[in-house]
Amino acid sequence: MKRTVLILLGLALLAVSFDEGVIHAAEQWQGVDETVVGKFAREHGHAAKKALIDTGEGDLQLFVFLMAGVVGGFAAGYCWRALLDGKKRKDEKP
Amino acid sequence: MKRTHNLIGAALAALILLPTPAHAMHISEGILPLSWALVWFAASAPFLALGLRTLAKRSASDLSSKPLTGMVAAVVFIISCMPVPVPTAGTCSHPCGTGLAAVILGPTLGVVVAAVALLIQALFLSHGGLTTWGANLFAMGVVGSFTGFFVFRLLRACGAGPVVAAFAAGLISDWATYATTSLILAAGIRGTSPFWPLAGKIALAFVPTQLPLGIIEGAITAGMVSLLRRKRPDLLARIALKGLEVREP
Repeated sequence: MKRTVLILLGLALLAVSFDEGVIHAAEQWQGVDETVVGKFAREHGHAAKKALIDTGEGDLQLFVFLMAGVVGGFAAGYCWRALLDGKKRKDEKP
Repeated sequence: MKRTHNLIGAALAALILLPTPAHAMHISEGILPLSWALVWFAASAPFLALGLRTLAKRSASDLSSKPLTGMVAAVVFIISCMPVPVPTAGTCSHPCGTGLAAVILGPTLGVVVAAVALLIQALFLSHGGLTTWGANLFAMGVVGSFTGFFVFRLLRACGAGPVVAAFAAGLISDWATYATTSLILAAGIRGTSPFWPLAGKIALAFVPTQLPLGIIEGAITAGMVSLLRRKRPDLLARIALKGLEVREP
């Protein structure tokens, strides 16, 4: 019991520090697309442009991922046996 | 004991599922002039065509090829979306996963899975861009896959174990991808500046982040190959362990 409590406390501390670390890392630590690619491109007059299809607008991203999930789900369902068992052709001998 | 394991699992799942903004290494939309963007589309196209032909050929004889390629594409998509903070550099970047894909599927199918992953990222996540898709595909798909595959085969031919060879394949394919990105970027943006000094400067700027990240990529590739070797040696037997004795699971 004592061991479980200690593990839980350790995990809670880890979670808090990791959470803080991740959030601050995301705020302060930019990706190399920005710090390297973007920096050199700007210096040479080639700043990045806005994405051609901006899925950040409204609920478009949610809609797109929902549709992708639906299509992917149907495809996985349709190929279920091939995915899991390795479907055999009709003319193949078992 | 089981309860503790469940708790640890739940805590880890919660940590992994924390919503965080992702960062990419890809060349963003509009950075490359159109002429250069077209050059990289043209350079990548034959490799992609070859990959699609390989996929069609292989799936004609083995129906599980397509689902396997799809699954590896999903793995590459996730790996190449995974932001890894590098404390030594104060930046974030991500592994590529194409070395792993090339080891499991072969280099031409590695290009196909990279193409799919990069297209979805460009369309829905604003990672990379549609006009720079060809350039990103050449760096991550073509160079990453072929480098990873040939490093793996070369080390295997020299007698290295699959896990060691996979580590080197992941590591070197990652570094090769970023070296190519530096060359592509320098060629596209240099204007009147000399090419090689600029390419060197960009490559050097990648080093603090990609040096440790390449090692992480090597470890991921080695770990996956080790796991597959124990659990699903039949998958590795198609490409990576071809010609070697395969243990039954």
